[in-house]
Amino acid sequence: MKARRIVPLAAIMLLAIVFAVGLNLERQPVPPAFIGKPAPAFELPRLHQPTQRLAPADLLGQVWILNVWASWCAACRVEHPMLVELSRQQQVPIYGLNYKDDSRDALEWLRRLGDPYVASVQDKDGRAGIDYGLTGAPYTFVIDKAGVVRLKYVGPLTQEVWLRDVQPLIRQLQG
Amino acid sequence: MIRRNIRWSWLISGVVFWFCLATMLPSHGAEALPTAADPALEQRVNALSAELRCLVCQNQSVADSNAPLAIDLKNQVREQLRAGQTDRQVIDYMTARYGDFVLYRPPVKITTLLLWGGPPLLLLLGGLLLWRSMRAGSSVPQPDPLDAEVLGRLQSMLETPAAGPARAVAPGSSAFPSQNQTGAEVSPEPAQVGAATT
Repeated sequence: MKARRIVPLAAIMLLAIVFAVGLNLERQPVPPAFIGKPAPAFELPRLHQPTQRLAPADLLGQVWILNVWASWCAACRVEHPMLVELSRQQQVPIYGLNYKDDSRDALEWLRRLGDPYVASVQDKDGRAGIDYGLTGAPYTFVIDKAGVVRLKYVGPLTQEVWLRDVQPLIRQLQG
Repeated sequence: MIRRNIRWSWLISGVVFWFCLATMLPSHGAEALPTAADPALEQRVNALSAELRCLVCQNQSVADSNAPLAIDLKNQVREQLRAGQTDRQVIDYMTARYGDFVLYRPPVKITTLLLWGGPPLLLLLGGLLLWRSMRAGSSVPQPDPLDAEVLGRLQSMLETPAAGPARAVAPGSSAFPSQNQTGAEVSPEPAQVGAATT
């Protein structure tokens, strides 16, 4: 019977299609309504001057990048040279969120690898991180002049992603 | 000899059985001290944590995982509950920040219809295919009945042992191509085999 011969083949092809689609899906999880919402507030001590604090509200009126990093994070090391280069070009100010890290380790890390950040704040217990939906590092957020989150990128920032997604967005936001 | 072997295997399986039983019995170790002075709150925290997914070890719930993020989330849950939030509010807080993925049990929405409905659907499909193949199996056609001539020849072969197949074919040749002359073939007439070797 023809039909009987086709059924297993059709089933296998269907499975193959399902796997092909599933394996090629973008790894980015769907950001839960972060985009378009105001950046969650925090008031955290600065890494270099722990007596001073910084909040997103202080940065209204400019387009800026929030980069979540830590000295224990291997992937952060991968994206770091790119961030250093970006800060050298001064296209957009980059602020760092030092996530669940030890101050001394963090400072040493920046000293050795370069500091691309206008300023870094420390989130030692990860509380602010929960507000930003962080599960680790690195993350990169783009925040516009009104303090609204316009992009949330999970993982180390690559040249490709920068050129394709981030830079055009920043140029557009800067007007 | 064989009896002794049986006894040993009985002994071994008996020991294994009782060992398994004994280790499965609930043990009475001391409970870990609750982190809050309030066990009722802890119970709520644990119940809610079991509903949240640990986003680092994504196949574990926050209640099960030892990842630092899971501990953070559990602390956050505890703080919120202590501040008087309802279970629903805490869940909403987490999903607002981490998305639906943070729920250990995916919510039943249009987007998750395939996720929830897929396995029972496949089960149904598989069962249907099985049922159909079982039905088809019962209607396998019977082999054609032997026609009368062949049947007659078979009957005569069976009823005359002395003559055997040699009557129908020339001696030395064989009705069965794989037969050899030394009588190693399987033949229904042992007497014939004996006769061929002499």
